[in-house]
Amino acid sequence: MMELYLDLISPPCRAVFLFAKALGIPFEFKYVDLIAGQQYSSEFGELNIVAKIPVMKDGGFTLSESTAILKYLVQKYSGSVGDHWFPAGLQQRARANEYLSWQHANLRGHCQKVFLLRTLFPVIMGFEVLEETMDAALENMKQSLNLLEEKFLQNKWFILGDKISVADVVAVVEIMQPLGTGVDGFEGRPKLIAWRGRVKEELGEELFDDAHKALMQLSSLPEKLKSSREFEKVKLSFQRFFN
Amino acid sequence: MALELYLDLFSQPCRSVYIFAKKNNISFDFKKLSLLDGEQYGEDFGKISLIRKAPALRDGDFCLAESIAIMLYLAEKFKTPDFWYPADLQQRARVNEYLSWQHTAIRMHGSKIFWLRLMIPKVMGVEVPEDKMNAALDDLNSSLKLVEEKFLQDRPFIAGDQISLADLVAIVEIMQPVGAGLDVFEGRPKLSAWRDRVQEAIGKELFDEAHQYILGAQESVKTMDSNKMQFFKPKILRLFM
Repeated sequence: MMELYLDLISPPCRAVFLFAKALGIPFEFKYVDLIAGQQYSSEFGELNIVAKIPVMKDGGFTLSESTAILKYLVQKYSGSVGDHWFPAGLQQRARANEYLSWQHANLRGHCQKVFLLRTLFPVIMGFEVLEETMDAALENMKQSLNLLEEKFLQNKWFILGDKISVADVVAVVEIMQPLGTGVDGFEGRPKLIAWRGRVKEELGEELFDDAHKALMQLSSLPEKLKSSREFEKVKLSFQRFFN
Repeated sequence: MALELYLDLFSQPCRSVYIFAKKNNISFDFKKLSLLDGEQYGEDFGKISLIRKAPALRDGDFCLAESIAIMLYLAEKFKTPDFWYPADLQQRARVNEYLSWQHTAIRMHGSKIFWLRLMIPKVMGVEVPEDKMNAALDDLNSSLKLVEEKFLQDRPFIAGDQISLADLVAIVEIMQPVGAGLDVFEGRPKLSAWRDRVQEAIGKELFDEAHQYILGAQESVKTMDSNKMQFFKPKILRLFM
Protein backbone atom coordinates (compact mmCIF):
# COMPACT_ATOMS: atom_id res chain seq x y z
CA MET A 1 0.00 0.00 0.00
CA MET A 2 1.14 3.53 -0.69
CA GLU A 3 2.86 5.17 2.27
CA LEU A 4 2.60 8.83 3.19
CA TYR A 5 5.20 10.15 5.60
CA LEU A 6 3.47 12.98 7.47
CA ASP A 7 3.29 15.19 10.50
CA LEU A 8 -0.02 17.06 10.56
CA ILE A 9 1.61 20.02 12.22
CA SER A 10 3.00 20.78 8.74
CA PRO A 11 0.69 22.51 6.24
CA PRO A 12 1.91 20.69 3.13
CA CYS A 13 1.41 17.40 4.99
CA ARG A 14 -2.13 18.44 5.79
CA ALA A 15 -2.81 19.30 2.16
CA VAL A 16 -1.73 15.84 0.99
CA PHE A 17 -3.55 14.15 3.90
CA LEU A 18 -6.80 16.03 3.27
CA PHE A 19 -6.74 15.36 -0.45
CA ALA A 20 -5.98 11.64 -0.14
CA LYS A 21 -8.60 11.15 2.60
CA ALA A 22 -11.28 13.21 0.88
CA LEU A 23 -10.79 11.29 -2.36
CA GLY A 24 -10.68 7.92 -0.64
CA ILE A 25 -7.15 7.16 -1.84
CA PRO A 26 -5.82 4.33 0.34
CA PHE A 27 -2.56 4.94 2.16
CA GLU A 28 -0.62 4.02 5.25
CA PHE A 29 0.03 7.00 7.56
CA LYS A 30 3.68 6.99 8.61
CA TYR A 31 4.23 9.53 11.35
CA VAL A 32 7.44 11.57 11.23
CA ASP A 33 7.69 13.76 14.33
CA LEU A 34 9.16 17.05 13.09
CA ILE A 35 9.67 18.70 16.45
CA ALA A 36 11.45 15.61 17.73
CA GLY A 37 13.65 15.80 14.63
CA GLN A 38 12.78 12.39 13.19
CA GLN A 39 13.31 13.78 9.70
CA TYR A 40 17.03 13.81 10.53
CA SER A 41 17.29 10.10 11.27
CA SER A 42 19.44 8.06 8.91
CA GLU A 43 16.38 5.92 8.23
CA PHE A 44 14.40 8.86 6.97
CA GLY A 45 17.46 10.13 5.12
CA GLU A 46 17.18 7.12 2.85
CA LEU A 47 13.72 8.26 1.87
CA ASN A 48 14.61 11.90 1.42
CA ILE A 49 17.98 13.47 2.05
CA VAL A 50 16.32 16.88 2.05
CA ALA A 51 14.92 15.89 5.48
CA LYS A 52 11.48 17.28 4.80
CA ILE A 53 7.96 15.96 4.65
CA PRO A 54 5.57 15.07 3.16
CA VAL A 55 7.11 12.12 1.36
CA MET A 56 5.18 9.52 -0.62
CA LYS A 57 6.35 5.96 -1.22
CA ASP A 58 4.39 4.12 -3.89
CA GLY A 59 5.93 0.70 -4.36
CA GLY A 60 9.53 1.36 -5.31
CA PHE A 61 8.87 5.00 -6.18
CA THR A 62 9.61 7.69 -3.61
CA LEU A 63 8.52 11.30 -4.08
CA SER A 64 8.85 14.48 -2.02
CA GLU A 65 7.22 17.92 -2.34
CA SER A 66 3.50 18.20 -1.61
CA THR A 67 2.54 19.80 -4.92
CA ALA A 68 4.38 17.05 -6.82
CA ILE A 69 2.65 14.40 -4.69
CA LEU A 70 -0.76 15.98 -5.26
CA LYS A 71 -0.21 16.09 -9.02
CA TYR A 72 1.02 12.47 -8.95
CA LEU A 73 -2.12 11.34 -7.10
CA VAL A 74 -4.37 13.23 -9.51
CA GLN A 75 -2.64 11.65 -12.49
CA LYS A 76 -2.47 8.14 -11.04
CA TYR A 77 -6.09 8.14 -9.90
CA SER A 78 -7.42 10.07 -12.89
CA GLY A 79 -10.19 7.53 -13.28
CA SER A 80 -11.72 8.42 -9.95
CA VAL A 81 -10.54 11.95 -9.22
CA GLY A 82 -12.94 14.54 -10.65
CA ASP A 83 -11.46 16.84 -13.27
CA HIS A 84 -12.14 19.96 -11.21
CA TRP A 85 -9.41 19.02 -8.72
CA PHE A 86 -6.74 19.77 -11.34
CA PRO A 87 -8.55 20.59 -14.58
CA ALA A 88 -7.25 19.34 -17.88
CA GLY A 89 -8.46 22.44 -19.73
CA LEU A 90 -5.55 24.63 -20.87
CA GLN A 91 -6.45 27.87 -19.11
CA GLN A 92 -7.86 26.29 -15.97
CA ARG A 93 -4.79 24.11 -15.61
CA ALA A 94 -2.61 27.19 -16.04
CA ARG A 95 -4.49 29.01 -13.28
CA ALA A 96 -3.97 26.04 -10.96
CA ASN A 97 -0.25 25.94 -11.78
CA GLU A 98 0.00 29.68 -11.32
CA TYR A 99 -1.35 29.45 -7.77
CA LEU A 100 0.68 26.37 -6.84
CA SER A 101 3.85 28.09 -8.06
CA TRP A 102 3.23 31.51 -6.50
CA GLN A 103 2.30 30.23 -3.06
CA HIS A 104 5.70 28.71 -2.16
CA ALA A 105 7.55 31.96 -1.60
CA ASN A 106 4.46 34.01 -0.84
CA LEU A 107 1.47 32.83 1.17
CA ARG A 108 3.26 29.71 2.40
CA GLY A 109 6.52 31.46 3.16
CA HIS A 110 4.91 34.32 5.05
CA CYS A 111 2.41 32.29 7.08
CA GLN A 112 5.18 29.86 7.96
CA LYS A 113 7.42 32.67 9.15
CA VAL A 114 4.70 34.14 11.36
CA PHE A 115 4.01 30.71 12.83
CA LEU A 116 7.67 29.99 13.57
CA LEU A 117 8.29 33.45 15.00
CA ARG A 118 5.32 33.04 17.32
CA THR A 119 6.05 29.49 18.48
CA LEU A 120 9.66 28.40 18.23
CA PHE A 121 11.85 31.45 17.62
CA PRO A 122 12.67 32.21 21.26
CA VAL A 123 13.62 28.63 22.15
CA ILE A 124 15.69 28.24 18.98
CA MET A 125 17.45 31.56 18.86
CA GLY A 126 17.65 32.13 22.61
CA PHE A 127 16.07 35.57 22.55
CA GLU A 128 12.70 37.17 21.92
CA VAL A 129 11.58 38.25 18.47
CA LEU A 130 12.20 41.90 17.76
CA GLU A 131 8.97 43.83 17.34
CA GLU A 132 10.05 45.12 13.92
CA THR A 133 10.73 41.56 12.76
CA MET A 134 7.29 40.42 13.87
CA ASP A 135 5.64 43.46 12.30
CA ALA A 136 7.42 42.90 8.99
CA ALA A 137 6.36 39.23 8.97
CA LEU A 138 2.75 40.15 9.71
CA GLU A 139 2.78 42.78 6.99
CA ASN A 140 4.10 40.27 4.42
CA MET A 141 1.41 37.79 5.44
CA LYS A 142 -1.19 40.52 5.04
CA GLN A 143 0.05 41.39 1.53
CA SER A 144 -0.13 37.74 0.50
CA LEU A 145 -3.67 37.44 1.87
CA ASN A 146 -4.60 40.58 -0.07
CA LEU A 147 -3.31 39.00 -3.27
CA LEU A 148 -5.13 35.76 -2.51
CA GLU A 149 -8.37 37.70 -2.27
CA GLU A 150 -7.84 40.22 -5.07
CA LYS A 151 -6.05 38.17 -7.68
CA PHE A 152 -6.62 34.49 -7.02
CA LEU A 153 -10.08 34.30 -5.51
CA GLN A 154 -11.73 37.53 -6.67
CA ASN A 155 -15.49 36.96 -6.64
CA LYS A 156 -15.34 33.26 -7.37
CA TRP A 157 -16.38 30.48 -5.07
CA PHE A 158 -13.02 28.80 -5.32
CA ILE A 159 -9.65 29.78 -6.82
CA LEU A 160 -10.42 28.15 -10.17
CA GLY A 161 -14.10 29.03 -10.29
CA ASP A 162 -17.18 27.15 -9.24
CA LYS A 163 -15.49 24.05 -7.94
CA ILE A 164 -12.80 23.20 -5.42
CA SER A 165 -9.33 22.26 -6.66
CA VAL A 166 -5.95 21.35 -5.17
CA ALA A 167 -5.14 25.08 -5.18
CA ASP A 168 -7.77 25.74 -2.49
CA VAL A 169 -6.53 22.88 -0.32
CA VAL A 170 -2.92 24.03 -0.57
CA ALA A 171 -3.98 27.59 0.26
CA VAL A 172 -6.27 26.99 3.20
CA VAL A 173 -3.85 24.84 5.22
CA GLU A 174 -1.26 27.63 5.13
CA ILE A 175 -3.61 30.28 6.50
CA MET A 176 -4.68 27.89 9.26
CA GLN A 177 -1.09 27.54 10.46
CA PRO A 178 -0.65 30.74 12.50
CA LEU A 179 -4.21 30.52 13.83
CA GLY A 180 -3.14 28.39 16.76
CA THR A 181 -0.66 31.11 17.75
CA GLY A 182 -3.33 33.76 17.91
CA VAL A 183 -2.79 35.23 14.44
CA ASP A 184 -6.07 34.88 12.59
CA GLY A 185 -5.49 35.51 8.89
CA PHE A 186 -9.22 35.21 8.28
CA GLU A 187 -10.17 37.98 10.68
CA GLY A 188 -11.71 40.95 8.97
CA ARG A 189 -11.86 39.04 5.69
CA PRO A 190 -15.43 37.81 5.22
CA LYS A 191 -14.64 36.64 1.69
CA LEU A 192 -11.92 34.31 2.98
CA ILE A 193 -14.09 33.11 5.85
CA ALA A 194 -16.84 32.19 3.39
CA TRP A 195 -14.29 30.48 1.12
CA ARG A 196 -12.87 28.48 4.02
CA GLY A 197 -16.40 27.37 4.87
CA ARG A 198 -16.91 26.11 1.34
CA VAL A 199 -13.54 24.33 1.30
CA LYS A 200 -14.34 22.66 4.63
CA GLU A 201 -17.69 21.52 3.31
CA GLU A 202 -16.18 20.01 0.16
CA LEU A 203 -13.45 18.18 2.07
CA GLY A 204 -15.63 17.20 5.00
CA GLU A 205 -15.86 19.28 8.18
CA GLU A 206 -14.87 16.46 10.50
CA LEU A 207 -11.88 15.53 8.35
CA PHE A 208 -10.75 19.15 8.16
CA ASP A 209 -11.02 19.67 11.92
CA ASP A 210 -9.25 16.38 12.65
CA ALA A 211 -6.36 17.31 10.36
CA HIS A 212 -5.94 20.62 12.19
CA LYS A 213 -6.10 19.24 15.75
CA ALA A 214 -2.29 19.16 16.07
CA LEU A 215 -2.23 22.93 15.55
CA MET A 216 -4.37 23.50 18.59
CA GLN A 217 -1.85 22.00 21.00
CA LEU A 218 1.10 24.30 20.49
CA SER A 219 1.97 25.34 24.02
CA SER A 220 4.01 22.17 24.57
CA LEU A 221 6.07 22.69 21.40
CA PRO A 222 8.96 24.77 22.76
CA GLU A 223 9.62 22.35 25.62
CA LYS A 224 9.37 19.37 23.30
CA LEU A 225 11.83 20.94 20.91
CA LYS A 226 14.29 21.86 23.66
CA SER A 227 14.42 18.28 24.88
CA SER A 228 14.73 16.81 21.40
CA ARG A 229 17.86 14.82 20.60
CA GLU A 230 18.03 16.56 17.25
CA PHE A 231 17.66 20.05 18.65
CA GLU A 232 20.88 21.28 17.06
CA LYS A 233 19.84 20.10 13.60
CA VAL A 234 16.38 21.61 13.91
CA LYS A 235 18.00 24.79 15.19
CA LEU A 236 20.34 24.97 12.19
CA SER A 237 17.51 24.45 9.77
CA PHE A 238 15.35 27.15 11.39
CA GLN A 239 18.26 29.58 11.63
CA ARG A 240 18.70 29.21 7.90
CA PHE A 241 15.03 29.98 7.45
CA PHE A 242 15.26 33.09 9.60
CA ASN A 243 18.35 34.19 7.65
CA MET B 1 -2.77 39.64 -31.56
CA ALA B 2 0.45 37.70 -31.12
CA LEU B 3 1.32 36.02 -27.88
CA GLU B 4 3.14 38.48 -25.61
CA LEU B 5 5.83 37.65 -23.12
CA TYR B 6 6.80 40.32 -20.62
CA LEU B 7 10.43 39.68 -19.78
CA ASP B 8 13.54 41.12 -18.21
CA LEU B 9 16.49 38.85 -18.95
CA PHE B 10 18.22 39.92 -15.72
CA SER B 11 15.63 37.70 -14.06
CA GLN B 12 16.13 33.98 -13.88
CA PRO B 13 12.53 32.89 -14.49
CA CYS B 14 12.38 35.23 -17.49
CA ARG B 15 15.38 33.47 -18.98
CA SER B 16 13.85 30.03 -18.67
CA VAL B 17 10.64 31.19 -20.38
CA TYR B 18 12.62 32.96 -23.11
CA ILE B 19 14.81 29.93 -23.80
CA PHE B 20 11.83 27.57 -23.77
CA ALA B 21 9.81 29.64 -26.21
CA LYS B 22 12.74 30.26 -28.56
CA LYS B 23 13.94 26.66 -28.48
CA ASN B 24 10.49 25.46 -29.42
CA ASN B 25 10.03 28.06 -32.15
CA ILE B 26 7.04 29.60 -30.41
CA SER B 27 6.56 33.04 -31.89
CA PHE B 28 5.95 35.82 -29.42
CA ASP B 29 6.19 39.53 -28.96
CA PHE B 30 9.08 40.28 -26.60
CA LYS B 31 7.78 42.98 -24.27
CA LYS B 32 10.73 44.28 -22.37
CA LEU B 33 9.96 44.99 -18.74
CA SER B 34 12.75 46.75 -16.92
CA LEU B 35 12.53 45.56 -13.31
CA LEU B 36 15.26 47.84 -12.04
CA ASP B 37 13.31 50.79 -13.44
CA GLY B 38 10.25 49.62 -11.56
CA GLU B 39 8.16 49.09 -14.70
CA GLN B 40 6.35 46.22 -13.01
CA TYR B 41 4.65 48.78 -10.77
CA GLY B 42 3.17 50.74 -13.67
CA GLU B 43 -0.56 50.98 -14.28
CA ASP B 44 -0.33 49.17 -17.63
CA PHE B 45 1.50 46.19 -16.27
CA GLY B 46 -0.96 45.99 -13.42
CA LYS B 47 -3.58 45.05 -15.99
CA ILE B 48 -1.42 42.14 -17.08
CA SER B 49 -0.48 40.91 -13.65
CA LEU B 50 -1.50 42.03 -10.17
CA ILE B 51 1.39 39.98 -8.83
CA ARG B 52 3.63 42.59 -10.48
CA LYS B 53 6.42 40.25 -11.30
CA ALA B 54 8.12 39.03 -14.44
CA PRO B 55 7.72 36.93 -16.45
CA ALA B 56 4.11 37.39 -17.51
CA LEU B 57 2.23 36.12 -20.54
CA ARG B 58 -0.66 37.59 -22.46
CA ASP B 59 -2.38 35.34 -24.98
CA GLY B 60 -5.38 37.17 -26.32
CA ASP B 61 -7.50 37.85 -23.25
CA PHE B 62 -5.67 35.39 -21.13
CA CYS B 63 -2.97 36.71 -18.80
CA LEU B 64 -0.71 34.45 -16.78
CA ALA B 65 2.06 34.91 -14.24
CA GLU B 66 4.65 32.49 -12.80
CA SER B 67 7.33 31.07 -15.13
CA ILE B 68 6.49 27.45 -14.40
CA ALA B 69 2.81 27.97 -15.12
CA ILE B 70 3.76 29.85 -18.29
CA MET B 71 6.08 27.13 -19.57
CA LEU B 72 3.57 24.39 -18.80
CA TYR B 73 0.92 26.41 -20.65
CA LEU B 74 3.17 26.83 -23.67
CA ALA B 75 4.19 23.16 -23.58
CA GLU B 76 0.56 22.09 -23.68
CA LYS B 77 -0.67 24.68 -26.18
CA PHE B 78 2.15 24.18 -28.66
CA LYS B 79 2.55 20.46 -28.05
CA THR B 80 6.27 20.67 -27.42
CA PRO B 81 8.32 17.43 -27.41
CA ASP B 82 7.46 15.06 -24.57
CA PHE B 83 10.86 15.21 -22.87
CA TRP B 84 10.30 18.79 -21.68
CA TYR B 85 7.46 17.63 -19.41
CA PRO B 86 7.12 13.86 -19.79
CA ALA B 87 3.67 12.34 -19.82
CA ASP B 88 5.01 9.31 -17.92
CA LEU B 89 3.72 9.35 -14.33
CA GLN B 90 7.03 8.91 -12.53
CA GLN B 91 9.15 11.04 -14.84
CA ARG B 92 6.64 13.87 -14.65
CA ALA B 93 6.68 13.54 -10.87
CA ARG B 94 10.48 13.94 -10.83
CA VAL B 95 10.20 17.13 -12.85
CA ASN B 96 7.41 18.44 -10.60
CA GLU B 97 9.44 17.57 -7.53
CA TYR B 98 12.38 19.68 -8.69
CA LEU B 99 10.20 22.55 -9.89
CA SER B 100 8.56 22.67 -6.45
CA TRP B 101 11.69 22.31 -4.30
CA GLN B 102 13.69 24.95 -6.13
CA HIS B 103 11.43 27.94 -5.25
CA THR B 104 12.63 28.22 -1.67
CA ALA B 105 16.00 26.60 -2.19
CA ILE B 106 18.33 27.23 -5.12
CA ARG B 107 16.20 30.09 -6.45
CA MET B 108 16.17 31.92 -3.18
CA HIS B 109 19.82 31.26 -2.39
CA GLY B 110 21.16 32.13 -5.83
CA SER B 111 19.15 35.37 -5.88
CA LYS B 112 20.42 36.33 -2.47
CA ILE B 113 24.05 35.89 -3.49
CA PHE B 114 23.46 38.05 -6.55
CA TRP B 115 22.07 40.88 -4.43
CA LEU B 116 24.53 40.56 -1.54
CA ARG B 117 27.60 40.26 -3.75
CA LEU B 118 26.76 42.74 -6.46
CA MET B 119 23.66 44.89 -6.31
CA ILE B 120 23.62 45.90 -2.65
CA PRO B 121 27.29 46.87 -2.30
CA LYS B 122 27.98 48.10 -5.84
CA VAL B 123 24.73 49.83 -6.77
CA MET B 124 23.12 50.65 -3.44
CA GLY B 125 26.43 51.42 -1.79
CA VAL B 126 25.54 49.45 1.33
CA GLU B 127 28.18 47.27 2.93
CA VAL B 128 27.24 43.65 3.46
CA PRO B 129 28.36 42.20 6.80
CA GLU B 130 30.68 39.22 6.44
CA ASP B 131 28.51 36.92 8.51
CA LYS B 132 25.52 37.59 6.27
CA MET B 133 27.57 36.80 3.19
CA ASN B 134 28.95 33.62 4.72
CA ALA B 135 25.52 32.41 5.77
CA ALA B 136 24.23 33.06 2.25
CA LEU B 137 27.16 31.18 0.73
CA ASP B 138 26.53 28.25 3.08
CA ASP B 139 22.91 28.13 1.97
CA LEU B 140 23.85 28.24 -1.70
CA ASN B 141 26.42 25.49 -1.23
CA SER B 142 23.84 23.32 0.53
CA SER B 143 21.39 23.78 -2.31
CA LEU B 144 24.00 23.02 -4.95
CA LYS B 145 24.95 19.89 -3.05
CA LEU B 146 21.32 18.78 -3.11
CA VAL B 147 21.06 19.45 -6.84
CA GLU B 148 23.97 17.07 -7.33
CA GLU B 149 23.14 14.45 -4.71
CA LYS B 150 19.37 14.28 -4.78
CA PHE B 151 18.16 15.63 -8.08
CA LEU B 152 20.93 14.61 -10.49
CA GLN B 153 22.63 11.66 -8.81
CA ASP B 154 24.07 9.53 -11.64
CA ARG B 155 21.64 10.68 -14.28
CA PRO B 156 22.61 12.88 -17.21
CA PHE B 157 19.63 15.14 -16.53
CA ILE B 158 17.25 15.58 -13.59
CA ALA B 159 14.45 13.40 -15.00
CA GLY B 160 16.71 10.91 -16.75
CA ASP B 161 18.31 10.72 -20.16
CA GLN B 162 16.90 13.88 -21.63
CA ILE B 163 16.64 17.53 -20.71
CA SER B 164 13.38 18.71 -19.15
CA LEU B 165 11.89 21.88 -17.68
CA ALA B 166 13.60 20.92 -14.42
CA ASP B 167 17.08 21.32 -15.94
CA LEU B 168 16.11 24.55 -17.67
CA VAL B 169 14.75 26.07 -14.47
CA ALA B 170 17.80 24.83 -12.58
CA ILE B 171 20.42 26.21 -14.95
CA VAL B 172 19.03 29.75 -15.14
CA GLU B 173 18.99 29.96 -11.33
CA ILE B 174 22.51 28.59 -10.99
CA MET B 175 23.76 31.15 -13.51
CA GLN B 176 22.57 34.05 -11.35
CA PRO B 177 25.40 33.94 -8.80
CA VAL B 178 27.79 33.43 -11.73
CA GLY B 179 26.64 36.83 -12.94
CA ALA B 180 27.77 38.24 -9.61
CA GLY B 181 31.25 36.83 -10.15
CA LEU B 182 30.90 33.63 -8.15
CA ASP B 183 31.97 30.59 -10.16
CA VAL B 184 29.74 27.95 -8.68
CA PHE B 185 30.95 25.36 -11.16
CA GLU B 186 34.52 25.44 -9.93
CA GLY B 187 35.31 22.34 -7.93
CA ARG B 188 32.03 20.75 -9.02
CA PRO B 189 32.82 18.48 -11.96
CA LYS B 190 29.44 16.74 -11.89
CA LEU B 191 27.58 20.04 -12.02
CA SER B 192 29.91 21.34 -14.74
CA ALA B 193 29.34 18.26 -16.88
CA TRP B 194 25.59 18.65 -16.43
CA ARG B 195 25.79 22.32 -17.37
CA ASP B 196 27.62 21.38 -20.58
CA ARG B 197 24.93 18.85 -21.46
CA VAL B 198 22.17 21.38 -20.75
CA GLN B 199 23.89 24.03 -22.86
CA GLU B 200 24.27 21.57 -25.71
CA ALA B 201 20.64 20.47 -25.50
CA ILE B 202 19.45 24.11 -25.51
CA GLY B 203 22.01 25.21 -28.07
CA LYS B 204 25.00 27.33 -27.03
CA GLU B 205 23.94 30.32 -29.11
CA LEU B 206 20.51 30.56 -27.52
CA PHE B 207 21.95 29.93 -24.06
CA ASP B 208 24.55 32.67 -24.46
CA GLU B 209 22.01 35.07 -25.93
CA ALA B 210 19.70 34.61 -22.95
CA HIS B 211 22.56 35.04 -20.47
CA GLN B 212 24.42 37.96 -22.00
CA TYR B 213 22.86 40.56 -19.66
CA ILE B 214 23.35 38.68 -16.43
CA LEU B 215 26.89 37.75 -17.38
CA GLY B 216 27.59 41.39 -18.15
CA ALA B 217 26.14 42.50 -14.81
CA GLN B 218 29.46 43.20 -13.11
CA GLU B 219 30.26 45.65 -15.89
CA SER B 220 26.83 47.24 -16.16
CA VAL B 221 26.58 47.97 -12.44
CA LYS B 222 29.49 50.37 -12.84
CA THR B 223 27.26 52.70 -14.83
CA MET B 224 23.99 51.92 -13.06
CA ASP B 225 22.26 54.88 -11.51
CA SER B 226 22.01 54.23 -7.78
CA ASN B 227 19.09 56.64 -7.58
CA LYS B 228 16.99 54.13 -9.47
CA MET B 229 17.31 51.75 -6.60
CA GLN B 230 16.13 54.17 -3.92
CA PHE B 231 12.57 53.03 -4.38
CA PHE B 232 13.52 49.40 -3.80
CA LYS B 233 16.20 49.93 -1.21
CA PRO B 234 14.12 49.45 1.97
CA LYS B 235 12.37 46.41 0.53
CA ILE B 236 15.59 44.80 -0.71
CA LEU B 237 17.45 45.45 2.52
CA ARG B 238 14.58 43.95 4.54
CA LEU B 239 14.48 40.96 2.26
CA PHE B 240 18.17 40.13 2.10
CA MET B 241 19.77 41.74 5.10
